[in-house]
Amino acid sequence: MFRRAMADPRPEVGITIDGAAVRAREGDTVAAALLASGRDVRRRTAVSGAARLPFCMMGVCFDCLVSIDGVGNRQGCLIAVREGMRVEVQRGARQVGR
Amino acid sequence: MRRDYDVAVIGGGLLGSAIAWGLGRLDARVCVLDEGDIARRASRANFALVWVQGKGLGFPAYADWTVEGAGRWPELAEALRYQTGLDLCYERPGGFHMALSEREMEARAAVASRMAAQGAAAGIELLGRDELRRLMPQIGPDVVGASYCPMDGHVNSLRTFRAFHEGMRGLGVDYRAEAPVEAIEARPGGGFELRTPAGEMGAARVVLAAGNANERLARQVGLHAPMLPTRGQIIVTERTGRFLDHLVMTIRQTDEGSIMIGDSKEEVLEDAETTLRVGAVIADRARRIFPALARLNVVRTWSGIRVMTRDGFPIYDESTSHPGAFVACCHSGVTLAAQHAFVLAPMILAGRLDARAAPFSARRFADAPATLAA
Repeated sequence: MFRRAMADPRPEVGITIDGAAVRAREGDTVAAALLASGRDVRRRTAVSGAARLPFCMMGVCFDCLVSIDGVGNRQGCLIAVREGMRVEVQRGARQVGR
Repeated sequence: MRRDYDVAVIGGGLLGSAIAWGLGRLDARVCVLDEGDIARRASRANFALVWVQGKGLGFPAYADWTVEGAGRWPELAEALRYQTGLDLCYERPGGFHMALSEREMEARAAVASRMAAQGAAAGIELLGRDELRRLMPQIGPDVVGASYCPMDGHVNSLRTFRAFHEGMRGLGVDYRAEAPVEAIEARPGGGFELRTPAGEMGAARVVLAAGNANERLARQVGLHAPMLPTRGQIIVTERTGRFLDHLVMTIRQTDEGSIMIGDSKEEVLEDAETTLRVGAVIADRARRIFPALARLNVVRTWSGIRVMTRDGFPIYDESTSHPGAFVACCHSGVTLAAQHAFVLAPMILAGRLDARAAPFSARRFADAPATLAA
């Protein structure tokens, strides 16, 4: 869907998406890394289960909600990737205690 | 164009709209005179419980009225679903009133034994910590025990409110927003003239269902509605997967997964603010009851003004100085919605409150006027 610019000089950062190793770039938001990963990263909404992708990329629409390091409902577009970060696409509502 | 109605209902909240919907089902010509969107509307601020436990302590008729009302909720939900297609999400999973100290547990035990002593139909069970943990393993270490009543339930109250309004429209009830009643005058030949900013109208009967504003309106037609409103604040979390299979009086999970946390009480009547001081106490108690809630994000807080009579019990009354004038005031517009639609509305259309409503007359107040029907 998205292709990284060939000339992007930023160093790589290793994260996992649903357990799979993905190379992001330093400074990527989690939402950007998801979109650039080439994987199916569509979340499912909490009530109707509709498929959604990150949309506004600026903290407003909440369509990038994602589980990061075991904590659900985080806004992927407001959080920068870190080496070793575990990202899980959230399918349905967050679970209490996670 | 001026129109005359069989009944004018003053107030379009849950109570007024339940009565008006009930009247509409009986083919009455009904109008509802309501405030606008910025009204202090308890119907949009409430906690959505169909709560039985402990209601009517010291007032057995109210306890019975509540049990009957909760019992008729399935019938109400089905009638509204059939007419409007809206699912009110009524459930009756039973409700717990949690105790966070031995003192709170003693208070629960006192309520349970006093309700039993007055012969209440809704039994209240007391559960110690171990018993409670088997039913609700999520509780935290501070929970001492709880009282439990299997008749407690909840609904989607915003959808209930909407269903009554859609239902009224379907039944031809004439709903007027931005039409708060300023004055009610008795016509010489019977009936009433109602003055509103949206014009005047006439009705053979009038029902005051204006919440705390009933106090002011009641005086105009020889009725009595002493009110003692309080403010409540509510916290709502993000939606989560199913966490609670039962209700707690101060914590419930909605049909769509949000967790509502409530039950504060202040002698403040400003509903445009919430305060951190009160919110912190509400949140802290919720966290002590269910520690896992602590990590959830709060998405909304609000405050609302409770409709509350001076003694906390409903008032249903009719006037002798102004025949055809009725008043209905109660805190429990959700719990008692079926009673208002199915029991009270027919009495009003018949022009006479019967024995079921008699215990709720405002004659019980020392300062009641002599113009209340005996």
